Amino acid sequence: MSEGFAMRDPTAELGSAKRQRLAPPESLDGRVVALLDIGKERGGEFLDSIEEVLSARGVAVKRYAKPSPTTLAADYASPDIAVECDVVIEALAD
Amino acid sequence: MAEQLIVVAKRDCPTCTMIEPVYAQLAAGATPLAVYSQDDPTFPGNIDGVIDDRDLETSYRRDIEIVPTLIRVSDGAEVGRAVGWHRDEWQKLAGQDGLGEGLPASQPGCGARNVEPGMRERLMVRFGDVHIAARRIELGEYDDPLESCFERGWTDGLPVVPPTDERIVRMLAGTTRAPDEIVGLIPPNRVSCSVEKVAINAVLAGCRPEYMPVVLAVVEAALIPEFAMHGLLCTTYFSGPTIIVNGPVSRAIGMNSGLNCLGQGNRANATIGRAFQLLIRNVGGGVPGGIDRATFGNPGKYSFCFAEDESDAEWTPLSVARGFEPGASTVTLFHGDGVQAFTDQKSRAPDELARSLAMSLNAVGHYKMAQYSNAILLLSPEHYAIFRDAGWDRARIEEELHAATTRPAKDLVRGAHGVGEGIAPGGADAMVPKFWRDHGLLVARAGGPAGLFSAIIGGWMGGRARDVVQPVTKEIGT
Repeated sequence: MSEGFAMRDPTAELGSAKRQRLAPPESLDGRVVALLDIGKERGGEFLDSIEEVLSARGVAVKRYAKPSPTTLAADYASPDIAVECDVVIEALAD
Repeated sequence: MAEQLIVVAKRDCPTCTMIEPVYAQLAAGATPLAVYSQDDPTFPGNIDGVIDDRDLETSYRRDIEIVPTLIRVSDGAEVGRAVGWHRDEWQKLAGQDGLGEGLPASQPGCGARNVEPGMRERLMVRFGDVHIAARRIELGEYDDPLESCFERGWTDGLPVVPPTDERIVRMLAGTTRAPDEIVGLIPPNRVSCSVEKVAINAVLAGCRPEYMPVVLAVVEAALIPEFAMHGLLCTTYFSGPTIIVNGPVSRAIGMNSGLNCLGQGNRANATIGRAFQLLIRNVGGGVPGGIDRATFGNPGKYSFCFAEDESDAEWTPLSVARGFEPGASTVTLFHGDGVQAFTDQKSRAPDELARSLAMSLNAVGHYKMAQYSNAILLLSPEHYAIFRDAGWDRARIEEELHAATTRPAKDLVRGAHGVGEGIAPGGADAMVPKFWRDHGLLVARAGGPAGLFSAIIGGWMGGRARDVVQPVTKEIGT
């Protein structure tokens, strides 16, 4: 792990040193929401409820799942989510 | 006058342990004594109050090189120093007779821990004696430094060496130039670039500090307007910067001019060119798919850098042919595509070989084009020997190649021989050289000892803009 590890910027330093988060959308109208089950216990049940609520509001939903919390999302879901969806909700905890 | 004696020692040094009785004698003397231990605060065990210098701050600030070292301080200023064990010197400095009776009169010491390889830079950073202007980027606890470099877009697709303060300080030690000196404006964004920024990208690329003068020369050469670096970056053509290093520096840093010199395996060849390309990417903002619009590119755009073989005293090196003094170290930058193999295992007479080379040289860019693409011809030792044994020097080789690559315009004109591509119509009776005489064809020597092969490195179509797109050569500084 890299606690305390620091580097110097090799670039022209025209951008931010910290990558900015995308601003959350003001509305989910017309958006596709990804529901990602990371493999935690009963995460699927939680996402079922979320899907029910979103679907009732007419929001498009796509479901994704990792086989276990120890596996990388990048290997299973995140590339597809990035292409297919606008927003992601993860069921993180047990 | 406040007088003090200081001893710096370590248990791991046989001389330091041999003179252990001396420390007790000094401690019993009239002058206050401070003993610093670099590796074990229980050593020397025969005196009280040994100061723990395992963090090496005092050793670093006192600039200790050898242990044991005895220093006399008067009113806070050092007034004398004895390095290693020399009884007479220690007695004189301490003002105390009878030190170490029964011990040898002298014995060399050992290297101090604070001057072990890489330690000086680490201590400079630890004790705040460096100023690095580039902004600091702190990583999170779970961030992998290599992956973080990728995520920030700092790499050419291969892993890079994370640019830590210690590595940057070490890299900057490879040049005499000040870190804040501006090297120039880096294309395509024309961003002002300091020596420090070059060093950071040299760290990324994996350079050793002694490559820094070469990297700096490459950057400065590429910024010569005639090299047209911006255009080279933007082109849809294959080309990227190709670097030939001449002179003693190339040998001092271990560059490869022989076996597999255009291939993998040599750190200097691999990283010097890479450092420049990373600088273009990171400082200049030139990234593939952005302003770099190459249709194919070529593998040399990771790094295309090698040295000329100057082992034959009869050969005029490329740098000398381009106007620099014999013995000068230079970089020559060319707009190179890739390597075109030339094979001729039958032509054993020089005129035969020149005609044979011309056949392949004429294919650079397109067989029917002329004065359009430049080229480098790298003569292998076996091909060069055919010319040398016949008494052909560089000038003769260049002259004969120029003649052999000069062709009738009627064969090259657009549409001739059923091929649309070709030179513009007009002057059908004229003879047209393939390359501009002054800089269109660079001839150099390189390659391993066996193989009747030579290498042709085709060049950018910038050859058609003779006055504004040229190879450039720059002397390497310090």
